[in-house]
Amino acid sequence: MRPASSADSSQMMMADSGSSEEVAVICNTDITSTESENNIINTMVERGTALLRKMEISVAEADKRTGKNTVNMQETYTVYLLETRPADSVPEGGTPAAPDTLWRRYSEFELLRTYLLVTYPYIIIPPLPEKRAEFVWHKLSADNLDPDFVERRRVGLENFLLRVASHPVLSNDKIFFLFLTEEKGWREAVLETGFQDKADSRLKSLSAMLRVKNPDKRFTALKHYSDELNTVISQLLRVRARVADRLYGVYKVHGNYGRVFSEWSAIEKEMGDGLQSAGHHMDTYAASIDDILEEEEHYADQLKEYLFYTDSVRSVCRKHELIQYELEMAAQDLVYKKQQKEELATGAVRIFSLKGMTSKLFGQESQEQRESKVAALEQSIQEGEEAIKEKNTESQEFVQKAWNDIERFTAQKDKDLREALISYAIMQISMCKKGIQVWSNAKECFNKM
Amino acid sequence: MSVSAPRGLASSGQKLITEILHPLSAAEEQLSPGPDVSSSSSSSSSVGGGKEPGLTNGTPVEMSNPAPASQLLNRLQLDDDLDADAQDLTETRDLFVTVDDPKKHVSTMETYITYRVSTKTTRIEFDLPEYSVRRRYQDFDWLRTKLEDSQPTHLIPPLPEKFVMKGVVDRFSEDFVETRMKALDKFLKRVADHPVLSFNPHLNAFLTAKDLNKRQGLALLTKVGESVKQVAGGYKLRPRPVEFCAMGEYLDTFSQKLGTLDRIAQRILKEQSEYLTELREYGAVYSSWAGSEEQLQRPLEGVAGCVTTCCGALEDASENMSQDFLPVLREYVLYIESMKNVLRKRDQTQAEYEGRLEAAILHKQEDRTPIPVEVERCQDKVECFNADLKADWERWQRNKRQDFKQLLTGMADKNINYYEKCQAAWESLITVLQDKQTEDKTSETN
Repeated sequence: MRPASSADSSQMMMADSGSSEEVAVICNTDITSTESENNIINTMVERGTALLRKMEISVAEADKRTGKNTVNMQETYTVYLLETRPADSVPEGGTPAAPDTLWRRYSEFELLRTYLLVTYPYIIIPPLPEKRAEFVWHKLSADNLDPDFVERRRVGLENFLLRVASHPVLSNDKIFFLFLTEEKGWREAVLETGFQDKADSRLKSLSAMLRVKNPDKRFTALKHYSDELNTVISQLLRVRARVADRLYGVYKVHGNYGRVFSEWSAIEKEMGDGLQSAGHHMDTYAASIDDILEEEEHYADQLKEYLFYTDSVRSVCRKHELIQYELEMAAQDLVYKKQQKEELATGAVRIFSLKGMTSKLFGQESQEQRESKVAALEQSIQEGEEAIKEKNTESQEFVQKAWNDIERFTAQKDKDLREALISYAIMQISMCKKGIQVWSNAKECFNKM
Repeated sequence: MSVSAPRGLASSGQKLITEILHPLSAAEEQLSPGPDVSSSSSSSSSVGGGKEPGLTNGTPVEMSNPAPASQLLNRLQLDDDLDADAQDLTETRDLFVTVDDPKKHVSTMETYITYRVSTKTTRIEFDLPEYSVRRRYQDFDWLRTKLEDSQPTHLIPPLPEKFVMKGVVDRFSEDFVETRMKALDKFLKRVADHPVLSFNPHLNAFLTAKDLNKRQGLALLTKVGESVKQVAGGYKLRPRPVEFCAMGEYLDTFSQKLGTLDRIAQRILKEQSEYLTELREYGAVYSSWAGSEEQLQRPLEGVAGCVTTCCGALEDASENMSQDFLPVLREYVLYIESMKNVLRKRDQTQAEYEGRLEAAILHKQEDRTPIPVEVERCQDKVECFNADLKADWERWQRNKRQDFKQLLTGMADKNINYYEKCQAAWESLITVLQDKQTEDKTSETN
């Protein structure tokens, strides 16, 4: 993958938002992982699109609702509170104005995303957080109504909105704006766009096995990379879950020391106090793993986002393949028609065709008939040539827009993932510090034995 | 002359127990090793873990590695309540022993390790002031058995485990040999510091004889040994005096707790091993990912490297657990078993005495004859046994306290060490990653 050159990206930014602000460099290793994650969000906001300059967006809360579903059965589902407020609404030292709010459920987000996928096939559309919890380590619940899962999903949905809002192209979309501002009317509006029709054919294209004769090497390479990334991140998430499981075991077994030290201290005189206190520290140690692993889920979520992004990348590649395929088909069709015309004009049967056979069998056509056929063919050929020209233009536009977005995406991915790795390292350091603290405390107790 | 905590006192030699004030009847305090941290800690395994065993004849031996700060703190923090009068005891020490210098011997029949046993003494019981002999584990085992037989009223310090599972433990690995050697050194020092055991002729033979094999046949029993050996069985057991009951109960419960500790430690090792397996694979995935990236290659390789470092640190920590921690626990379990045996022998001695006494009293009522000498001898035996045992018990409790303090502190240290290594690795990675960020930022502004 060709790395984005800084000139390109800043130019792109210039064109759309006129902003080339730099983000403050983080050199402090004491920042928490949540701070690091916020830095990614801040980057999106500060890199600013027109939309984000106008408004602040957040998914503030989650709530449970019950209602009847499509088969008229009661179901419980979660809704999310989407808040928007004008960006410069906070005067110096004043309190922010109350935000505009509306409630959305996950399926509405899905609808929005499908709309975007269809309408902007050359853009790598940001992914939604997972519908069901996957890659869980054993203690974590796989239940969709589990409060921790809901909370992480809320964060994921907010992230999705910010990603769209900070995208140079997507942020200008009207339907997206309505999604943020119109609770009731939005659904109608999105259906009115008629994107459903395109959606069907798009789905078809995505699943079809296309054989393109001259594939664009860059897209082939991109698809290959995307597949590799998908595989490796899946693997990473799986192994990480197993590592978390095992680490959990190690910490929890230490809790047994707490109990046995306590029992042992009962039969000791001078050693008793030291043992007893040390036992408490062992309990603390064992309990500490819960928070540690909960925090690590943030990291897993960051990885998951990019795992799901690979599907979007794949989509774009497939769309290009489809365009390419259609182009090739159209060109092939044109060649065939031209040959047919030539054949008719000269009377020579070069191509085996049923027409040719029948005419041989049942006699030649009249001059008139042949001439009208030739004329029809010429017409068809002309139309075909125009269609090809159009398709070529379409293809070139697609390629240009797509590569623009791919470069933007690559830079974003490199930056985000590096931030994620940093925040992961910070988490590890914090875990080590906690461990040192606990064992030092225990050691003090042992020394007092 | 400052020497780290000695065990010995003025020798009671061969005087009758009844004549001298039992050396341990006064509350003996643990010695503070003082600020002299350069002295070898070999004479007392109670102090922050010995490194190189050196001879402690009063002159501090230079350590090849300066003691790390944590060890210094260990020693300085030990028992603030220690008395200075314990210092007097060191002045009277006259027998110093050390076990070091392991060497492998290969013969057609077998391969084994021998250790150098060095002795420095001013005692008249020894012909020379210094000795240096080589002994193997078998010889230590012989010594202990002889001590148990000849001094049945005393608690004999434990030896490291005799049997090791071949294939599971490498008997000739540096770590195993080192651990064993330290335990043998501790054993011998405890015997040498014991006011009674240190005068045992078997110890003398062990320390001095060129060829121990010839002397192993000798049956040298002390008077007490003789008499206790001849305790007649078959006497009805009497209720144990309160203090010995308490001992017995304590030993039972303590043994139980040690068993639990052993199981927990083994469980932790198992979990750690499984964690390690997964962690290795985890690191490998980062490496493999790095292969398909450009800008992210270095950060990902960095993470893979950190994970590998942590794996190494964990391996070290686990090894430590199984080599330093578990053997001491098991040592103590064996020790407790042998102590319970001593208690039982005491019970038998008491049974014989009271049995004979009862019989004599019955007899006396009829005959008006004085208590037979037999019975008096038995009474002596019992009182002697009880006194020895009580004194040794106190000493054992002190040793145990020191041993476990050291053991658990060591375990805490190892864990701290492990986390420190991991933290350092991750911190250096962050520096690299953030530097790269700064680089990118500045190049973007240009």
